[in-house]
Amino acid sequence: MSSTATTSSNVWGGGVSPFNVRWGKLMMWYFLVSDAFTFSALLVAYGTIRTMNPWWPNPQHVFRSFPFCGTANLPLLFVSLMTFILIMSSVTMVLAVYEGHRNNRNKVIMWMIPTIIGGIAFLSCQAWEWTHLIVDEHTRLTSNFFGPIVNGEETHGPAQFGQLFFVITGFHGFHVFSGVIINILLTLAVAKGTFDKKGNYEMVEKVGLYWHFVDLVWVFVFLCFYLL
Amino acid sequence: MSSTATHHVSEEAIYHKAEWHTHHHHEHNGHDHQDTFFSKYVFSQDHKMIAKQFLVTGIFWAIIGGLMSALFRIQLGYPDEHFGFLSSLLGHWAPGGKIDPQYYLALVTMHGTIMVFFVLTGGLSGTFSNFLIPLQVGARDMASPALNMLSYWMFVLSSVVMFSSYFVSSGPASAGWTVYPPLSALPEAVKGSGTGQGLWLISIALFIVSALLGGLNYVATILNMRTKGMTMTRLPLTIWSFLLTAILGILSFPVLLSAALLLIFDRSLGTSFYLNEIYINGHAMVEQTGGSSILFQHLFWFLGHPEVYIVILPAMGLVSEVLAVSARKPIFGYKAMIGSMLAIGGLSFIVWAHHMFVSGMNPFVGSIFVVLTLIIAVPSAVKVFNWIATIWRGSIRFTPQSLFAIGFVSLFISGGLTGLFLGNSTVDIELTKTYFVVAHFHIVMGVAAFFGLFAGVYHWYPKMFGRYMNNTLGYIHFFVTFIGSYLIFWPMHYQGMAGLPRWYYTHSSYETFGHMGELSKFISTVAVIVFLMQVFFIINFFYSMYKGRKVTEQNPWEATTLEWTTPIQAPHGNWEGDIPEVYRWPYDYSKENGEGFITQDTPMKPGEQQLHH
Repeated sequence: MSSTATTSSNVWGGGVSPFNVRWGKLMMWYFLVSDAFTFSALLVAYGTIRTMNPWWPNPQHVFRSFPFCGTANLPLLFVSLMTFILIMSSVTMVLAVYEGHRNNRNKVIMWMIPTIIGGIAFLSCQAWEWTHLIVDEHTRLTSNFFGPIVNGEETHGPAQFGQLFFVITGFHGFHVFSGVIINILLTLAVAKGTFDKKGNYEMVEKVGLYWHFVDLVWVFVFLCFYLL
Repeated sequence: MSSTATHHVSEEAIYHKAEWHTHHHHEHNGHDHQDTFFSKYVFSQDHKMIAKQFLVTGIFWAIIGGLMSALFRIQLGYPDEHFGFLSSLLGHWAPGGKIDPQYYLALVTMHGTIMVFFVLTGGLSGTFSNFLIPLQVGARDMASPALNMLSYWMFVLSSVVMFSSYFVSSGPASAGWTVYPPLSALPEAVKGSGTGQGLWLISIALFIVSALLGGLNYVATILNMRTKGMTMTRLPLTIWSFLLTAILGILSFPVLLSAALLLIFDRSLGTSFYLNEIYINGHAMVEQTGGSSILFQHLFWFLGHPEVYIVILPAMGLVSEVLAVSARKPIFGYKAMIGSMLAIGGLSFIVWAHHMFVSGMNPFVGSIFVVLTLIIAVPSAVKVFNWIATIWRGSIRFTPQSLFAIGFVSLFISGGLTGLFLGNSTVDIELTKTYFVVAHFHIVMGVAAFFGLFAGVYHWYPKMFGRYMNNTLGYIHFFVTFIGSYLIFWPMHYQGMAGLPRWYYTHSSYETFGHMGELSKFISTVAVIVFLMQVFFIINFFYSMYKGRKVTEQNPWEATTLEWTTPIQAPHGNWEGDIPEVYRWPYDYSKENGEGFITQDTPMKPGEQQLHH
């Protein structure tokens, strides 16, 4: 079949892919749409419960700590670092995908490694933040000490604050964790030469789509929990 | 850049076909590739075998789900009597031959869950999407046969978890198929909200994974794997209905997953997303406050409403196809059929709150949902008129499948009309939680979808198994089921209008409803008879598989679609040689030049006009 047969008028005519992509990439896109609905539902739940509550903790106050800095008041500095790390790992993923298009095995590996490191670094940051909230601030699934100040004392706040934080950032963290595992498996496959044998590095692109999606979701999670 | 990429994908498509071709030569030569029992019947990657697996699993669940309804109808019809067989069947859940009130709730819950998810989603969409998509679009198999197999086995895993909940000491889930918290969140509220509800949630999560894997595959296959010439407006309406069903599933099931996830946390980890100031037996559940149970209802019905279209759309597609083939006429209003399915699919996402008119929502918001809900009547009516116009003055062949298809249209009209009552919030406030609602949705999406399923099974059985089902048994099955369904559900409208509430364990202890005892008894008797009469279908189905009359013609129903161009026993890969090309739409019946039908792979004759443009 010559490329002239697939002019724009009959890409939907059968025998070719209308969007000019293989089914695997198409399925990844549809899966991401579906997963976007999963997160949307969780964030809708967040919005509903937060607006129902007359009082909600101030993120500038809750997220003010930084590792090894004691009680220094550094609002949102740590989460900014986390966000920076995750976005940088997306940048390196873009470069890996770019090299994949050029079937450049060594360069793909070169850019996949910082992507994996970025993912692990993000998860480590999240582990520290969770530990800090649970151990030092006593914010758990069932308790929250970030409440309104009454007579100079901080009282109990709505328990839903911790619940939503741990469930939604946890669900996102689980996606990052899966992404890191997939990235590692992908890098091993690249190193083995699987995609040289196959003749294309499309798998790098598909995994890249997932990784960017996880990044994008973080932007919304970041917005809901840290900025609003 | 773009043209080279196009070129690349096209080459791959050809490569794909060539690969299948050589694969088959290998098989014929008898070396390479030996099918073992496991690779052929168990972990099969052939979409036709996976479809049969879904069908048989669906039949298993339909028997269980139907049995549940027969059991609780016995309780409703004969509330004061004791039946020995109940205690031998249910053990301590039916002490002295009378169903325990808690177990009654479990029966109702499991009946709904099984029928909606496991039979009419897994069994219906799983069977026919798998079977017909590759055959009718002209593909060797699904886009990803491996994920397809995984989808079936996730369904099995989900089924095993759900079935195991019958065998836990606190019984299966009892909070209704809608599992509203707080009832579903607190084991103190009802026994079934213990382990049974936990298993229910795990099972549904697995089910969602299965539906997602299947749905992604269906969409990718329909869009990407159509054979040359199979434009979107040459797709049979079955394929359009499966496409929209899959899209609905991909967009709505993840929301149920989120809702279930939060419910699991509320149940097991002490959170309170859905719980607030609950009192049980005078004791306050003070630890869990500040949540919203209405939130769950919104999340649930965001899935729940599209779900009823996930159930009915495939049935609509199957019925459209069967009616055109049986009436020997082109489908009336092909593009209007597609348009109305698109409209129904789109609207299904913005009407969910009509399930919640009495949840305390703002009446203004309710009125918006009323308008949106009633708009669905328009595309639904378009479809009904088109079906009637299709069979109007047709030369109908009254096979069992055509009877079931006609029965579907009848039921869809009867049940659809009561939808107009319930879609109006002012009327709904009176009728909700009564048997009127039960009658409405059973006729319009329960029995109707079953009729679509039966029409599909009778019609495609010869393609599935290379044998025919017995027609006489088919006729008995149809008439008993059709008349029986109306006898069961028609009187329920009157019971509902008189205020008889759903869910109640017994009506006889209320003076207001005492006079309905005889009617309930009648409904129950018919329900049990209709359930038992399904044996005609079961026997027919399994007996015909081995002893049915053999199919000798490639195209026994004289249909136009591509599945009938495959060999009678189609191999894995469907066509022995090249995939046929498509030159015309799928409904070329009774052309003016006197031809009975022209298959889609017949080239247009010089000067011939396309029928639908």
